[in-house]
Amino acid sequence: MEHNLIPLILGMAAVTYGPRLMPFLFFHSTQIPGKVDAFLKYIPAAAIGALIIPGVMTATPDMPTAGLIGIGFTAVYGIFRGGIIVPVLGSVGIAYLVLAGFG
Amino acid sequence: MENQDIGDAVKAGLPIFIGYFPAAVAFGILAKATEVTLLEAFLFSAVVFAGASQFIALNLLATGMGPTGIILTTLLVNFRHFLMSAYLSTRIKERTLKYYFFLAFGVTDEVFSVLSFKRGPLSKGFVFTLQMSAYSGWVSGTLCGYLLGGFMPQILSQSMGVALYALLLAILMPEIKASLLTLFLALTSGLLNWLLIYLDFLPKGWSIIVCIIVIASLGAFLTRTQKEEIHGA
Repeated sequence: MEHNLIPLILGMAAVTYGPRLMPFLFFHSTQIPGKVDAFLKYIPAAAIGALIIPGVMTATPDMPTAGLIGIGFTAVYGIFRGGIIVPVLGSVGIAYLVLAGFG
Repeated sequence: MENQDIGDAVKAGLPIFIGYFPAAVAFGILAKATEVTLLEAFLFSAVVFAGASQFIALNLLATGMGPTGIILTTLLVNFRHFLMSAYLSTRIKERTLKYYFFLAFGVTDEVFSVLSFKRGPLSKGFVFTLQMSAYSGWVSGTLCGYLLGGFMPQILSQSMGVALYALLLAILMPEIKASLLTLFLALTSGLLNWLLIYLDFLPKGWSIIVCIIVIASLGAFLTRTQKEEIHGA
């Protein structure tokens, strides 16, 4: 790019930061009504579900099965045990082995 | 107690670092290939700090789109964070305005996900340490990718692409085990998102926003009817 991208970057930063900040300022002093509170309570489950599906199916684009086997480990490990570090590193390790072994 | 929080945050932040670093390396490599300068690539990650929209911006730059179009697309793609911040604002007890300005900058999908299911009140130390581990992974990965290029074996960086999904699922698992409603809502949200992406009529990034609004409303509606049934009985 021969032209200067810094104004573009600052514009992107502003429209990204604005929506991240606004709710904190809005809800700063107001009491949240019960109905809105119930809605807000389910945002995490809804957001995480949509962040995982369908993206996970292309986590390892060259061989989607490798990523799915990796994430499968996370699910199974999560059912019996729990935690974050083992399921995350385990899923990466397994995806690596599948990619290296069959790729 | 604050130390305990910071230790917990490092433990929770490490998987985010592991997920962000290779994604940022990919961004750095792509930025260099798009003939963005090192300073600009660094600024993308350091001041925008929003993965998907940065990749989209590079694509749009390559197609020759002007800054207005790119900024508008960025607004649409990142608007989901508005809903995430709305949720977090109900969880954070700290009422200092100054603190909000810092905290809001680091509301990414993964930071939000880790914070959302953390038990108990969210302390300053926990939130900042978590955000710093995410931010340092993103910025350092961008620089490494730009400067060192493809130093990471392709198989390794591909397999690390699973890390962020594994992180999200690992966060969700205890909630799913504790509540069938959570399992139902998360699954329905994912399937709705899949359908919306397949139908391909919404601007990029908006399928997640529609999913959050529809599914969180459904959750609120279902718990209300449940409560009414209990009261009725």
